[in-house]
Amino acid sequence: MSDAVGVILSKKRSFERTPDRRSADFHEELFALEAAGELIVQRVTGDYVNVSTKYGLPKKIQKGHLWHHKSCGQCGHIPGYSTSIFWIMRKLGYDYSDPRDQTSCTAWNYYASATSNQAAQAAVALRNFAAANETGYFPLIHCGTSYGHYKEVRSELLHSADLRAQVRKVLGKLGKEMVIPEEIVHYSEWLYAMKDEIASARILDLSGVAVTVHPACHYYKLVEGDAIYDPDVYHGQRTAAVSGLVQALGADLRSYSTFFDCCGFGFRHILVQRDFTRSFATLRKIEVMKAEADPDVVLTHDTGCVTALDKSQFATQAHDRNVGVPVMSEAQFAAISMGAHPFKVAQLHWHSTNYRPLLEKMGIDWEAAWADFQKDLKKLEANEQQYLTWADVGV
Amino acid sequence: MATVTTHPYFKVESVAGHTDVPHAEKERLIGQVFADPRMPSYLYGCYECGICVAACPSARFYDFSPRRIAQAAARHDVELLFQQLEEDVWECSQCFSCLRCPRGNNPGGIITIMREVAVTNGLRSAKVALEGYSRIIYKIMSTGTQVSPDMLQPDAFPDWGPEVKDVSENLSLWRRALPPETHHTTSTGWDVAESTILELYVIWMETGALDMIKEVDSGIHMILEEIMEERLEEEGIEL
Ligand code: SF4
Ligand code: SF4
Repeated sequence: MSDAVGVILSKKRSFERTPDRRSADFHEELFALEAAGELIVQRVTGDYVNVSTKYGLPKKIQKGHLWHHKSCGQCGHIPGYSTSIFWIMRKLGYDYSDPRDQTSCTAWNYYASATSNQAAQAAVALRNFAAANETGYFPLIHCGTSYGHYKEVRSELLHSADLRAQVRKVLGKLGKEMVIPEEIVHYSEWLYAMKDEIASARILDLSGVAVTVHPACHYYKLVEGDAIYDPDVYHGQRTAAVSGLVQALGADLRSYSTFFDCCGFGFRHILVQRDFTRSFATLRKIEVMKAEADPDVVLTHDTGCVTALDKSQFATQAHDRNVGVPVMSEAQFAAISMGAHPFKVAQLHWHSTNYRPLLEKMGIDWEAAWADFQKDLKKLEANEQQYLTWADVGV
Repeated sequence: MATVTTHPYFKVESVAGHTDVPHAEKERLIGQVFADPRMPSYLYGCYECGICVAACPSARFYDFSPRRIAQAAARHDVELLFQQLEEDVWECSQCFSCLRCPRGNNPGGIITIMREVAVTNGLRSAKVALEGYSRIIYKIMSTGTQVSPDMLQPDAFPDWGPEVKDVSENLSLWRRALPPETHHTTSTGWDVAESTILELYVIWMETGALDMIKEVDSGIHMILEEIMEERLEEEGIEL
């Protein structure tokens, strides 16, 4: 390597945060509006962890007493995703609320069909925030799109008195107050903040498990300043969500060149134009990962990404493409490594890609685990019990 | 054969599928795009550098470019923007990778606004793009969750592998095998409280979101309006 190249590379390795690129701290406007009596700020309470965002601003991540803002796609089609988030929280001994008084953020539909508008989207967000505030639990957002969309909504509300007036009028009809939480927190940020506690609870050896991470666009591209970055994760040049946890768990984190590319979900495309989703997810993501990093598993932190990357591989395999790698959320992966059951908790039978070789590599006898799950299903079928409970999964 | 017309970004009539409308109508529609309060923070001109295109997934598989849209918007090229409204905007994946724009633009956001205008005005592109999608609009607006477990049917997702069939055949049993108490549903993502759904109806009606779909799918609009009005009336909620 020439000296000149060495100099360039050494510069790249030490990423300095430059204050002039720092996005404004929204908290100033948020608290100013609170002081003016325009809205209520739901504060972080109890224990919290301070993490660092893209331009170095701190973000408080509340540890317990959280209000789980669930995701339609996770609960509906990848139920082991949300179940694993709850399971980890229970395992670590943090209380939470799993509310019925919660709607979808409806942003999947908005980004797919545009059959909504700015005021409606903001009102849906604030109805959910008000519902959380009424319980005293602090919101934790499961979906990357909800998270990104809510950050956008927050920014729009903070900068537009007109929008605030419209939303206040609608909330007034519902008898709800205008509440914005002090931080909008994604579950993957909570996992990142709790990574040491999670790593201490790990019981499986992951050192031989190769992992590639797909960072979710709506997590770190929307309102880019408010996403977690860490100098110890990819030199602070990629979001540390997911990758930071993978490192803490001791798995073999591997890079690939198209990490910035989206998954191809497309919101509308995944439902009615899947040839696009399938082409993008496999040609630009899975095949590149396979060729460059040969992962045992692809981990990501959003509903749409798990869906697009997991479901796109079946049809592509028929064309003899270089695909065939399991896809799941880092919540499921972390839970399994902490001893969660792969079917009763991680619910891997809802996934399309073959996860069995991965389980074997993690030291799990998946045949025995499946047989064990079947026994529970028999009990449910015989109506000996109505539902599988948390007690049945050890938390 | 010439590969460009006099205007390099214009699709020639034989390629473009939409019908032309008078210039004044185009001015009206594009006027609505620029009237959106988000527009000033989504467009600051355009360097025409193409960085957004390099990041754009849709540009790789469609005749589509966020640069062309930002550029047309920056030049206020009403004719071209109208064609993009009818030809291009539904190809976008709404991933917002184009927020990499060094000028600070949000091409994906401009497209969201253009789509809203296409929907509100019942443009052909919106009707075509949303064909087969109406059941999703119905689901999200009426139940408060977008996708439900019972949508996982093999005939709807034949390309997703045999696991979809396993899920649909075992659906109610497998839903009962989920420890979270809110997850035992099959027709909604989770168990949404009835009072919460009513609040959502108020939001759709009060913000005009429900009326937006009148022009693209009058049938779904009628059904949804009837459901919402009836439920709100039963509960004595007046708007
Ligand atoms: S939001 Fe649309 S235009 Fe922007 S990068 Fe994504 S697909 Fe391309
Ligand atoms: S929109 Fe931005 S990134 Fe795209 S061409 Fe214009 S200046 Fe470049």
